Amino acid sequence: MADMLSGGDILVRSLQDAGVDILFGYPGGAALHIYDAIFRQQAIRHILVRHEQAATHAADGYARATGRVGTVLVTSGPGATNAITGIATAYMDSIPMVVISGQVMSHLIGADAFQETDMLGISRPVVKHSFMVKRPEDIPAIIARSFYIARTGRPGPVVVDIPKDTTHPHLKVPYTYPEAVQIRSYQPTVRGHAGQIKKAMAAILQAKRPVLYIGGGTVLGNASEPARRLAELLNFPVTNTLMGLGAIAGDDPRNLGMLGMHGTYEANMAMHHADLIISLGARFDDRTTNATEKYCPDATIVHVDIDPASISKTVNAHVPIVGPLDRVVEEMIRLLESSDQRPDPAALEQWWQQCHSWRAQHGLFVRPNHEPSQGSLIKPQDVIKTLYRVTEGDAIITSDVGQHQMFAAQYYHFNRPRQWLNSGGLGTMGYGLPAAMGAQFAYPEATVACVTGEGSIQMCIQELSTCTQYHLPVKIVNLNNQALGMVRQWQDMQYEGRYSESLYEESLPDFVKLAESYGHVGVKITRFEEMEGQMREAFALRDRLVFIDVQVDPAEHVYPMQIATGSMRDMWINKTERT
Amino acid sequence: MATPTAPVRILSVLLENEPGALSRVVGLFSQRGYNIDSLNVAPTEDRSLSRLTLTTACDDAVVEQITKQLNKLVDVVKVQDISEGPHIERELMLIKIRARSPESRTEVARCVQIFRGQIIDVAPSYYTCLLVGDGTKLDAFIAALGDIRVLEVVRSGLSGIARSEKAMSL
Ligand SMILES: Cc1ncc(C[n+]2csc(CCOP(=O)(O)OP(=O)(O)O)c2C)c(N)n1
Ligand SMILES: [Mg+2]
Repeated sequence: MADMLSGGDILVRSLQDAGVDILFGYPGGAALHIYDAIFRQQAIRHILVRHEQAATHAADGYARATGRVGTVLVTSGPGATNAITGIATAYMDSIPMVVISGQVMSHLIGADAFQETDMLGISRPVVKHSFMVKRPEDIPAIIARSFYIARTGRPGPVVVDIPKDTTHPHLKVPYTYPEAVQIRSYQPTVRGHAGQIKKAMAAILQAKRPVLYIGGGTVLGNASEPARRLAELLNFPVTNTLMGLGAIAGDDPRNLGMLGMHGTYEANMAMHHADLIISLGARFDDRTTNATEKYCPDATIVHVDIDPASISKTVNAHVPIVGPLDRVVEEMIRLLESSDQRPDPAALEQWWQQCHSWRAQHGLFVRPNHEPSQGSLIKPQDVIKTLYRVTEGDAIITSDVGQHQMFAAQYYHFNRPRQWLNSGGLGTMGYGLPAAMGAQFAYPEATVACVTGEGSIQMCIQELSTCTQYHLPVKIVNLNNQALGMVRQWQDMQYEGRYSESLYEESLPDFVKLAESYGHVGVKITRFEEMEGQMREAFALRDRLVFIDVQVDPAEHVYPMQIATGSMRDMWINKTERT
Repeated sequence: MATPTAPVRILSVLLENEPGALSRVVGLFSQRGYNIDSLNVAPTEDRSLSRLTLTTACDDAVVEQITKQLNKLVDVVKVQDISEGPHIERELMLIKIRARSPESRTEVARCVQIFRGQIIDVAPSYYTCLLVGDGTKLDAFIAALGDIRVLEVVRSGLSGIARSEKAMSL
């Protein structure tokens, strides 16, 4: 006999049966029956954030760090609308997430009831799919489908809107959770087309100047290891997108670093001159291609992606392969291993020499594009290098959006997938701290650091309180340049230094005191020579949140920077030199 | 995007007959900047499915993207560009036409006959006529009325089906 349960209890039981162990949320009227059901159970831990945006980012950080589905619970109206930014963030980066939003009672829907918002309508453009619950007995199937849709194929967020009456404690129905999910209109591709993979192999054997172009899909599709093996077998140069960082180790000698707007000189040059680009789970977005009509003129493009709509969307693919990255790449490896044919080694040797000489010319670590730090002049790049040393390259790093984000991406070498959590697609300031919370919940023993700016951190600063409540020892590294630095960089470069609304006029808080008022530790770093020591002390406080406020050079710019409307090779190398 | 010379595509979509499904299709078009020239939708013989016919003018690359994006919607079962191959297209028009004088009444009746339509409602001052055909035939009918005043036009939008034994079904 199935248990007779209320909709609220059914929802919580369904979440348990879907494998949820942690739920990020915030209560309110329409969700109170559900909250009561949460109170009466132990299996799922609910985390009370301070703003619904943070609930979605925390669930997102949890999902990125673990590969599992992040789960969120919010109330109707303002709770739901506050969640939208985080849902859109997850959508743009294909992060598996299920967001449950309370809704007003069914009979009030459409009546402009108190705290009523058309959540399905408002979230529609930023979700993979959404459901509205009509009856409590439908909840288990809807939850099972939601998790299935969120994590399979190209992952993404799913919204489940639940009117309050369907969770009422007095309305009890039998509970059974479906054993399997079948959706006739939704069948993600499970393997790549064999003929297309053979075509790709033929192109690979012809290649003289190849590049493996690794995107976030490689991380999400758990294909990092096969991708690394493929690079090794072929001895091809590798570049990563912002989202792909860590898929191939940052200090792997084949790794040319990140490509794109702020990519390395060698990565962008290699892309431009390549005769073969093998894209694994990247989507050729505008921050990585520069002007598409000038994009990589000599390259044959092999594009592997789980989402057919990503292929030939912005750049035409000569050999499209739709399928799960891991299986497609493993099949490529199998074909290579079962044959002794390899691309022309002499040509490859020459290509490697070319790549090495690009690196020798302008590599970030070979020829710094900035002056050295000294005394009170702390260069943000050096903060990240120090952070890398202090954390031995092993921390989970989250970031926000701006110069600090690009410095983190350029100078911290990510040596494993899921080590770098960042809003790449939407570019959401405010992402970093709540995402770090999500990662810290997933890995309580890990060192989790949020590299942020004084602008971004203030967009979800209230979460310092959540960190106090749950004793989260996140380390916040604030590259404090007293400005919306990335905005100011553009204003320097394109608007003759007219700093329209990118400065705060002495209004910044004392971050040390702010952290302390929440019960955390605050450290202010003002001298380069003391930075490493202070940072080591901060990171030695294993069980405390430490807010490390570093006063960095406000005049610094991020380089290289591609020149808009140019090709991949058109970049500023530093403030005065361009290609 | 749609250029003035871009060919008209007829997309046939088999869709779950679920609340919200249609808004996802329509939303996709506005979200991604595609045009919809006409759209019609109704449940099929299997009430759990709807069949939708949508016309849009765009080049090959865009229609490829539209098709892929439509296929990505969880509620979409199948998508076919039926204008790619042999197909039949029809549109239904209800048209209310001023017909007071004996001459105009005869003229309207004559046009309707030529275009194989029907007069389905008769009043002292107007006729309501029903016409079925492809889009150009319906346009031609309106043009043939010349100076006679058209009071109201209701067109269904194109419905289409491929000329092949292979059916678009589950
Ligand atoms: C929510 C949001 N609003 C606005 C922007 C536009 N934006 C991009 S970078 C940036 C400045 C960020 O300043 P800060 O966090 O201090 O980082 P910095 O560039 O100074 O390192 C702004 C405003 C954004 N990405 N996200
Ligand atoms: Mg700043």
